[in-house]
Formats: sequence, structure tokens, C-alpha cells
Amino acid sequence: MTSIATEAPPLAESRPSRHAMRVRCRRRTLPYLLLAPSLLLLAGFTYWPIVRVVWDSLHDRILGQAASRFVGLGNYASLFSDHAFLKAVINNLVYAIGTVPLSMVLALLFALALQRSTRVNAILRALLLFPSMVPLVAAASLFFFIFLPGVGLFDYYLAKIGLRGANWLGDPDIALWSLIGITVWKNAGYYMLFYLAGLQTLPGDVLEAATIDGASAWQRLRHVIVPLLAPTTAFVLVIALINVLTQVDHVIVLTKGGPSNSTKLVLYYIFEQAHENFAAGKAAAASVLSVAFLLAMSVVSLKTMERGTHAAS
Amino acid sequence: MRRASLIITGLMLIVAFFWSTPFLWTLVASFRPDSAIGMASLVPDYKPTWANFAEALDAGDFAIYYLNTAIVAFGILAVQIVTISLAGYAFARLTFPGRELIFYVFLLQLMLVPPILIVPNLRTIVDLGLYGSLLGVMAPYFASAFGTFLMRQTFRQIPRDFEEASVIDGAHWWQTLWHVLLPMAKPGLIAFSLVSLMAHWNEFLWPLMVLNEPRTQTLTIGLATFALGSEGGKEWGVLAAGTLLVMFPLLALFAVFQRQFVNSFMFSGLKG
Repeated sequence: MTSIATEAPPLAESRPSRHAMRVRCRRRTLPYLLLAPSLLLLAGFTYWPIVRVVWDSLHDRILGQAASRFVGLGNYASLFSDHAFLKAVINNLVYAIGTVPLSMVLALLFALALQRSTRVNAILRALLLFPSMVPLVAAASLFFFIFLPGVGLFDYYLAKIGLRGANWLGDPDIALWSLIGITVWKNAGYYMLFYLAGLQTLPGDVLEAATIDGASAWQRLRHVIVPLLAPTTAFVLVIALINVLTQVDHVIVLTKGGPSNSTKLVLYYIFEQAHENFAAGKAAAASVLSVAFLLAMSVVSLKTMERGTHAAS
Repeated sequence: MRRASLIITGLMLIVAFFWSTPFLWTLVASFRPDSAIGMASLVPDYKPTWANFAEALDAGDFAIYYLNTAIVAFGILAVQIVTISLAGYAFARLTFPGRELIFYVFLLQLMLVPPILIVPNLRTIVDLGLYGSLLGVMAPYFASAFGTFLMRQTFRQIPRDFEEASVIDGAHWWQTLWHVLLPMAKPGLIAFSLVSLMAHWNEFLWPLMVLNEPRTQTLTIGLATFALGSEGGKEWGVLAAGTLLVMFPLLALFAVFQRQFVNSFMFSGLKG
């Protein structure tokens, strides 16, 4: 910044007045002054924490003492030898496979069905969008009752059509799928919005041409609409993957990672290690791995976003 | 063609009904007089009562929760509006060395979402002496990359003629920003405000880690405590009422700003 401020004006220029020089100097520092608050905050709460968590992951902190010991990759080693962590990684993969494709397909179908703006469609859109507006904690506390064995909403109506319910949150084989169900219910409407926006940008003449050429509805969807929506799909995919990694409120409220670790997701594991077990090293190591995953994904998404802004401008 | 679209609408009506059953149940259960066996029924076959709401209000300190949540959500928003307007203006209207690089520094923050950094950020908050305070919950969100982009885009769409007129009149940059650009950027500001308010009204994990006493709890934490407390399986009507109380401000906001909500979500999606 100083190098910019002290850069001398070219001599050939006619002697500027004192006022003009001051104005020029201010004009040079102004952008940095305007950006300073945001940059300081970004540095303090995004970039410094990354440095810090990497450092923490390589050290063993003794509780109650300021001193810490360099342990190299020791925390990573104990992380990978922790059964609960490996289970959390696998659970997170299952959770991703269970939630992301299903909620995206539903979102696209909803958007296709409701793309014409009629009064009825507006109401239906709002109803489908609604789950994504409420706190995940509120959704979770509703499903607390819905999933209640025997007397809950689910089992009550299943019994009416002669089906037997299950122990939705208490059975290790089922609990994660119950959480997947909540997540799909909550997010599909949200992703629908992006597809609705994407559908509006489709060139009408291409669709018309396809119709005139005798393409069936399925062919139009498969060969025209879905390929043209690829940027939207890429974008929604990124959001969905971030959600998979960063939303565990329902785990905290409904299952606490149980029964027998069957619903433990990576962020919940981190939360548990840091908050309940005070295992700072392991929590830090797991955080570093999550950050690395997000950074890798950001490289991909930056490209799509760049493409997106080019299209927009 | 007509018939096909009628069938689709019919199908979507059924889907939307099933999608709404959790809310429908909440509404029906929260006014149900006694927590009897028919608790799970979606049919309101009773004389509605406010008793569950009264009990929920009684059991939790909802007034304090509301106040704390409002302080957090609106406090974050107020600071954000300042930081994103200044930064957005710099990116939209000024040229300076390093602009590209700094822009990428902002861009990266879109991916590095705060929940993933809860562990180191908590240490920072402790170091700053903010542990247990609402300010500690708010601080990491005071800068917003998303908001900065939104303002940059919004400012860019305003023709420069408007500012030039005010510059000729001898106005300073902040006067131009305050009197000319910000009033014209209102749609962008409203869009950002809705997204920001909702995100922080709904937040749970971070406040749960930072706040440590009942006095400073937010609504989501209060509701979670409440839900876990009713595990015994009795007070379902009260839980439904409590959940409604948490969701109500969002319902109201959504009802008033429905169009802006939808637009701002799409905006946030398209512009990252």
C-alpha cells in the first residue's frame, strides 16, 4: 500500500497544485480503505483460522496449559485409527449419495411441473419451498414426533393402511435413512428455485425447434433441457455438497450420532471431539481434511461460476 | 396438451400435500386440547385451545430467546450492510492495483463456509474475550463475500450518469454512495437482507458452541433444549406450539416478502 501512495507523479506533468495532489493520493488509498473492514474480518475469521487449524492439527495441546508439543502427523494417525471417525466418513458418503441425487432430481421435476406462472403453481411452489425456510432445528423437532415409534405421525398413518412402522431413529440400520429423508424433504424445494431460474433462461426457439422436429417430451427433456441446464446443475451440486458437509443440526437434535455411531457425520464428529471430548488435535485434523475437500471443490466451482458470470454479463 | 397440464397440476397438488403434512400436523397438534392418543391425527376434531402455546411460553424463556435472536440477526445485518456497501462500491466503481487478487480472496470465502471452521474460530472468539457473548456469535459474519458480490453487481447495473451529476455538484464519494447509489440499490439490499436474516435466525451449531448460559440462548438452542426435554413422550402439543413460535416470524416475513424471497434466493443462486 505504501509503495502505491509514495509513487511519484511523472515529472513531465505540469506542476500539480497541492489540492490536486492530495485528491490523487486519497483516490489511490480510497479503494483499500473501503475494502479494509471486509478484508480484516475475512482475514480474522476465514484465513487466520485455516492457518491456525493446520497448526493445531500438527500439535498436541495440553489442556489448561499454553504449551503445546509438535507431534507431526500424529493427530492424523490417531484420527484414522479412530473407528468412530472412519464410520463418520462412510456415513457422510452414504448421506451424500442418499440426499444429493434424489433431492436434485426431485427439484428438477418440481421445477418442470411448476414452471408456468399460474396462481396455483405459485402456491404449490411456496408449499414446496417452505421446508427450506424453517430452521433445521425446527424441522428436526417436528420429525422427532413424526418418527416416534408406534404413536408418531408416520406409524399412525402406516397402521391405518395396514403397514407396520419401524423404529425410525432407534434402529442403526434405518436411522441414517430417516435423516436422509428429512434432508431431501427440506432441500428439494430450495434447489427447485435454481432450476426454475435456469428454465427461464432457456432459449425458447431451441425448444420450439425440437418440438417442430417432432421430439417427444422425454426426448426434449433428455436431449435439450437437461444439457442446457448443465450450469445450473453444477451450481446446485456444489451447494448440495456443501450442505452435506456443513449441516448437522438435525443429528444433534435427533440422534446425537447414534444409535451405535450409525448417524455420525464428519462435522458432528468434529463438534463432539471439540465440544464434549476436548480432543482438540483430532478435531483440528478432521477440520483440515474438511477444508481441503471444500477447497478442492471450490476449484471446480470457481470455473462454473466464472462461466455463469460470463453468461450473465 | 391441456389435459396433460391438468394431470401434472393434480399430481403436484398431491405431492405438495404430502410435503406439507409435517407443518399441517404442527398446526393441528398445537391447538389440540389434550395430548391424547389421537395426537398424530391430522384432523382437527376438537375445540381449539391456546393452552399449548401458553405452556410453551411458560416453559421456555421465549421472550429472551426472541430478543437474543433478533439482536444476533439484525446486528449481523447492520454491520454487513456497511461492509458490503463499501467493498461492493470499491469493486464496482474503482480501479486499483491488486483488484483481481483481492476479488479472488473474497471469492474463496464463498466456499469456506463458517461451519467448517467452528473449531479454530471458537479459539479466536475465546482469545478475543467474546466467549459466551452474542457479539462472539455475530463477529465471524460481519463480512460477507456473497453480499459484496451482490452489491458489486447491483452498483454496476446503475448507469454512471447518476453519480456524475452529483460529482459535478462537488459531492464526496460517501455522499454519492449514500444519496445516489444506495437508494438505487434497494432491491439488492432487500434481497441480501432477507437471505442474511433467515440464515442467522435459523442458525444453531455456532451459537450452541459460543453461548454458555440460559440468559444468552437463541431461539434455535431454546427449541432444541425444549425438544430434548420432552423426550418422555407427553408434551407433543407443547412442542408443536413451541416450534410454531420459532417459525412464526419467518412465516410472517415470507408472507409479506414472498416475491422478494423467491427472487433473492434465485439471485443468490445465480450470482453465487
